[in-house]
Amino acid sequence: MTKIRFNRKQLCIPYAAFLILFVIAPLLVIIYYAFTDGTGQFTFSNLTGFFSNTNTLGTLVYSFAIAIVTTLVCLVIAYPVSYILAKSKIKKKYVLLMLFIMPMWINFTLRITALKEILTAIEGNISMYPFLNTVIGMTYDFLPFMILPLYNSLSKLDNSLSEAAADLGANGFTVFMRVTLPLSVPGIISGVTMVLLPSMTNYVVLDMLYNSTYIMGSLIGSYFSAYDWNNGSMISLILLVIIFIVTLVTNRFSDDDSARRTAL
Amino acid sequence: MKIAKKICIVLFLAVVLAFIYVPILLLAVYSFTDATMVGGAISGFSFANYATLFEDSELRNMIIGTIILAFGSALLSTILGTLGAIGAFYCKKTPRHLINYANQIPVVNADVVTGFSVCVLLIVMFGVSKDTYIPLIIGHTVLCSPFVYLSVMPKLKQMDNNLYEAALDLGATPSQALFKVVIPQLLSGILSGFMLAVTLSLDDYFITTYTKPSTFNTISTYVVNATKGSQTEIKTALWALSTVIFIIVVVVVILMNVLSKRKAKEARDI
Amino acid sequence: MNAASNNIIELIDVCKQFDDTIAVEHFNLTVQKGEFVTFLGPSGCGKTTTLRMIAGFDLPTSGKILLNGKDISNLPPNKRPVNTVFQRYALFPHLNVYENIAFGLRLKKTPVSIKNKKGETAVKNVHLSKEEIDEKVKHVLDIVDLAGFEKRSVSTLSGGQQQRVAIARAIVNEPEILLLDEPLGALDLKMRKEMQIELKEMHRKLGITFIYVTHDQEEALTMSDKVVVINDGEIQQIGTPTDIYNEPINTFVADFIGESNIFNGVMVDKLKVKFCGAAFDCLDDFETNQFVDVVVRPEDIKICSPEEGQLKGTVISTVFKGVHYEIAVQVGKYEIVIQSTSNAQTGAKIGMRIDPDGIHIMNKVYTVNSYDGVITKNNTVKFGDGEFACDVTSLYSGSHLDEEGYLITAEGEKIDLTGVEVNVEVDVHDITMSDDSEEGGAEGKIISMIYKGDHYRYIVRTEENEEDYILACEDLWNIGDSVSLIIPEDKIKLSFKVQGDKK
Repeated sequence: MTKIRFNRKQLCIPYAAFLILFVIAPLLVIIYYAFTDGTGQFTFSNLTGFFSNTNTLGTLVYSFAIAIVTTLVCLVIAYPVSYILAKSKIKKKYVLLMLFIMPMWINFTLRITALKEILTAIEGNISMYPFLNTVIGMTYDFLPFMILPLYNSLSKLDNSLSEAAADLGANGFTVFMRVTLPLSVPGIISGVTMVLLPSMTNYVVLDMLYNSTYIMGSLIGSYFSAYDWNNGSMISLILLVIIFIVTLVTNRFSDDDSARRTAL
Repeated sequence: MKIAKKICIVLFLAVVLAFIYVPILLLAVYSFTDATMVGGAISGFSFANYATLFEDSELRNMIIGTIILAFGSALLSTILGTLGAIGAFYCKKTPRHLINYANQIPVVNADVVTGFSVCVLLIVMFGVSKDTYIPLIIGHTVLCSPFVYLSVMPKLKQMDNNLYEAALDLGATPSQALFKVVIPQLLSGILSGFMLAVTLSLDDYFITTYTKPSTFNTISTYVVNATKGSQTEIKTALWALSTVIFIIVVVVVILMNVLSKRKAKEARDI
Repeated sequence: MNAASNNIIELIDVCKQFDDTIAVEHFNLTVQKGEFVTFLGPSGCGKTTTLRMIAGFDLPTSGKILLNGKDISNLPPNKRPVNTVFQRYALFPHLNVYENIAFGLRLKKTPVSIKNKKGETAVKNVHLSKEEIDEKVKHVLDIVDLAGFEKRSVSTLSGGQQQRVAIARAIVNEPEILLLDEPLGALDLKMRKEMQIELKEMHRKLGITFIYVTHDQEEALTMSDKVVVINDGEIQQIGTPTDIYNEPINTFVADFIGESNIFNGVMVDKLKVKFCGAAFDCLDDFETNQFVDVVVRPEDIKICSPEEGQLKGTVISTVFKGVHYEIAVQVGKYEIVIQSTSNAQTGAKIGMRIDPDGIHIMNKVYTVNSYDGVITKNNTVKFGDGEFACDVTSLYSGSHLDEEGYLITAEGEKIDLTGVEVNVEVDVHDITMSDDSEEGGAEGKIISMIYKGDHYRYIVRTEENEEDYILACEDLWNIGDSVSLIIPEDKIKLSFKVQGDKK
């Protein structure tokens, strides 16, 4: 009885330990560094420094602007694409979907290089249109990540639902607004989270397209280069808080939605 | 009216596809010329870019290093993530939920933050030297293993719970039951997790930047550095690299497609 | 070792608890070599848990499991000479039929004495040879009638064929006991009947012990040597199929096995029982005045002319069931179901007779008194020829009474409960007796008292409608004493009558 038997549950021990050591612990360390100065003294100056500096606050605003515009552009392009793909009855639908998401597997720096060459050919000096080019670059990078979840949620929609709505007298537009769109909210949410957060932080796209304005990610990059771990940690912490809030809000949204679906 | 609608749809899809593929394809075309910039003068076709790509030792080492790192960290991630998923699946509710939540952190977190936090913990706090490659490998494993975990979990949920018990019942020890019965059932999930891990590692820039030895480069960090530099020879060699990767991706996608079709057909035939 | 014992497996006071739910309680059972034993019970009754403890997938919380007299309670499943056929087969999808069956054989090691270089004989455990495995697999495939299916993938087999592979995979290891967990549950009716016969035949040929779990009483009765009826984790009755059917030990078994009419009855004389308003001769000897449950199988009720009948009633429905008619008859306030080969017209008045051997009497286990009650305008409840104070707010959770005695629900709705019919339940331990006729809510005479070791069980009957109160009391009273009955307000449990509820 006292002999310890091999147990399937024990298999999770290495992974649990790994998560604690290299996922949880780094976050705790980030919090520690964010509230200390170079000598290890407790301080709020990193936090107050961020929120009292117009440059860093400007960066925060610019990040949000880039992220929100990129997300909207991605959504506006990806939703019709996913909708058409999900509803179409053509045989090679899968191949078509593959065409849209295949770029996901090509290294993003190489894809941005290709885009940069094209933009240079069209615009001449690409540093003239930093915001536009950044949004194009981010959209180019993240579009497949918006299409995939949207397609998944739209293709799972039961066709009989929209038929039922049409049967009850709704016209095409009403069916879309009242049935299809609400039911695809989980897909939209997961697409938005896939695009919004990375486009706040992926500063490589800006660098490569000669946009010298900073976003939140660039701040971490520059503090890293300057060996300023404390301020870098504070930026990371602020980003973590933003991510946490976004995740919380989106989780609530998808919960609400599933509740709504069971009520239907 | 109907035809007009159809034309609109096709046109729309075509424009989006053009947006996605024109840059890549144009770059591919130019990679076979001696032009130094897209849209620039082409005086003739040339394989010089490809020659540079395969002959330049710096480029070659960088590519081999990227691939070794991707497969190595993917293998490590696959082992950790798979065992973690199996263990967590059979755990009680509370530990399972805790592992699920912790697993979700690197998935939703920005790569910049993940990379920076691993760097602060290992390199700044514990003074692990970047040159040991340990921070780099750990960083990539943190990035990849949650996705392996997430692709194995559904397979566990689909699996008949009695299979493991049936194996024990027939005389297998718990570890034999695991390797002869449970893992074969999860194989498709493990494989897709592994593939996902490889692509994630290949695509990564941020974690690599914050944890790599200064002399080591992956494709991502190399490309970013190269764009800042002014060496046109390197720049155009990267066009060739982009084309080679594009072709590999296309071939792999077609291969997977054919394989899954054949499998489905076999299942139907019997 | 113990030559006298023919027991292959013994469960001694086995209990199993999952977190805070008790799955199996004080399970005692002996199974003999070669027996076909069936665990029968509704889903969630603990039968599968018991089987899993015998297989070793679950360990008993307390108690012992002996195999051939040796304690195997904590032995892992792979060390037990027991094999299982799972409910949904649990065939390994990645292996073909042959490999599924050979799975256990490939893992098996048998001791072989070999001469080593020095010429000493040593015992070494070796795997079975390819030929041995081949031969065994072929043999069991013949038994289950699947010769030639070796290379087939299991996913291409029909349900019945998968079932056969699962059986073959288990019996190829020559287990001492074969456990079958609802193995036919996933098959259609026709296939199930065929497999029942085949399994029985297989049991005869192999001569090993079968322990079979099912919720299908017909399956249990057709196949088993011994049936163990289980409910709520406890054994209700162990016996041969005939015993179980003909002499059910309690109303649960009677109700679960076959169809039955169950009535409240009272012994009115020696070998005479009264139910449905009539007295019947019976074969079971119980004390006079004792309250009993009476079970009558529908096929044991004979239809006759109303004059000849012990019971008279009106036919309310008849349904043709293939071999017989199922006829429902209203007798006073009781509804009786009869199975008869002759039909009767709906609305016809008929008589019914029951032979003494068709009446099965069992001890009534009283825990609560239940009555039909009505709420009065004073928010008290009338039942059992009495009127008692009660808490009407318990009918609606979160409600309260206003000054005028109207009930206000949690939603603020105002309800007048006067005249509402309710079910009333009172635990036997919550009724007390008093000499003072004014003190209690109802009055009656003690008509029966039984000494139960530490207390007396009294039955108090009222004058007016002969309503009975059963109560437990430590004090000694005399039969014939007039008493008044006291029930505390909070011990009266009220519930709404469910529409269509005949009880």
